[in-house]
Amino acid sequence: MIANLVQLASEGEEQNPLIPPGPELLVGTIAFAIVFFVFWKKLLPNINKVLEERRAAIEGGIEEAEAMKVEAQSVLEQYKAQLAEARHEAARLRQEAQEQGAALIAEMRAEGQRQREEIVAAGHSQIEADRKAASSALRQDVGKLATELAGKLVGESLEDHARQSRVIDRFLDELEEKAEATR
Amino acid sequence: MSDNGCGFPAPGLHSFLFEPIATVGGFEFNKVMLLALITTLLVITFFWAAFGKAKVVPGKLQMVGEAGYDFVRRGIVYETLGKKEGEKYVPLMVSLFFFIWIMNVWSVIPLAQFPVSSIIAYPIVLAAVVYIVWMSLTFKKHGFVGGFKNLTGYDKSLGAVLPLVVVIEFFSNVLVRPFTHAVRLFANMFAGHLMLVMFTVASWYLLNSWMIPAAGVSFVMTIIMILFELFVQAVQAYVFVLLACSYIQGALAEHH
Repeated sequence: MIANLVQLASEGEEQNPLIPPGPELLVGTIAFAIVFFVFWKKLLPNINKVLEERRAAIEGGIEEAEAMKVEAQSVLEQYKAQLAEARHEAARLRQEAQEQGAALIAEMRAEGQRQREEIVAAGHSQIEADRKAASSALRQDVGKLATELAGKLVGESLEDHARQSRVIDRFLDELEEKAEATR
Repeated sequence: MSDNGCGFPAPGLHSFLFEPIATVGGFEFNKVMLLALITTLLVITFFWAAFGKAKVVPGKLQMVGEAGYDFVRRGIVYETLGKKEGEKYVPLMVSLFFFIWIMNVWSVIPLAQFPVSSIIAYPIVLAAVVYIVWMSLTFKKHGFVGGFKNLTGYDKSLGAVLPLVVVIEFFSNVLVRPFTHAVRLFANMFAGHLMLVMFTVASWYLLNSWMIPAAGVSFVMTIIMILFELFVQAVQAYVFVLLACSYIQGALAEHH
């Protein structure tokens, strides 16, 4: 195409589009030179400074956020540790209270048992004593009554104590034996 | 060209000729020069508004400006040259990109409707700037002999074909490269403008009796071409800057 154009241009009186006109070169140079110098000296340093500032600001912000994150993390861990400790403590206290309660109950139960046994033992001995007293009293009364009765029956007073008591005892023993046999 | 009898005013090289709109002391000032200067004014005005009082928390205009700036800086310069090496060339590349882009965009702006970069002088100026930068870098970095070795891809292990390679590489890098760099931009814009003019003129010219459907097609093509040109304009600005970066990278690279 270029060859064609060159040929076309050389044929007629027309211009060759590949041969630059001088004034255009000058204007082009000036036009570009102005753009270049304004960019180089003024505008790009301007914007680069701002971009640098922005980068610094963003990086500063990121660093700050990073620091805050780390701090928050440590505070969170601290809280977690405290919470775990509190939970542990609470569990320990509860356990202790339970143990104390159980010990108290056991103690009270033992005490109650002991008192009950005491009371029962006291009752038993009382009963035993009463029975013994009643038995001896009864024995005497029965002996006296029987003696009187026997005296009345045989007409003689059995004053001889030694014999009397032996006779009574034998009699009573016989009675008891009878009672045993009938039971 | 247009004497085939039908009277169709076919676009051609004459579409790229402008009568001077003013003459100052023998200097003929034409529409394209005016557009070039307005390009400068526009680019500087926009970026001055965006970056003049730049704030850490950007306004809307600054955000748009930053997006454009970032696109060239990160997307082109850092990508090819790396952040450390590339930083120095960011101002050049940013101004190249936006200057070229706006020069191209004039192609579809009503009233202007002419891409400044389709006049070869403007791409030549920009390609020359880039050429001077990377050529001087080559010799500064590698010295005179080393510079030539870098430019010619000198490598002893090539043996017998070494002279051939050196000649071809020298030709390709030192002579053809700046030419293609400028012409790539120029030719794209030139062809794009021709297409646009052709479809625009045709949709007007065909607007009679039975040709009206063809005029409709031509009009639709005009719309499509405008959209396509918008794409090509940005791509060509991008490619120009990308190539500039890769030339500089080649100049900085250690030769093996």
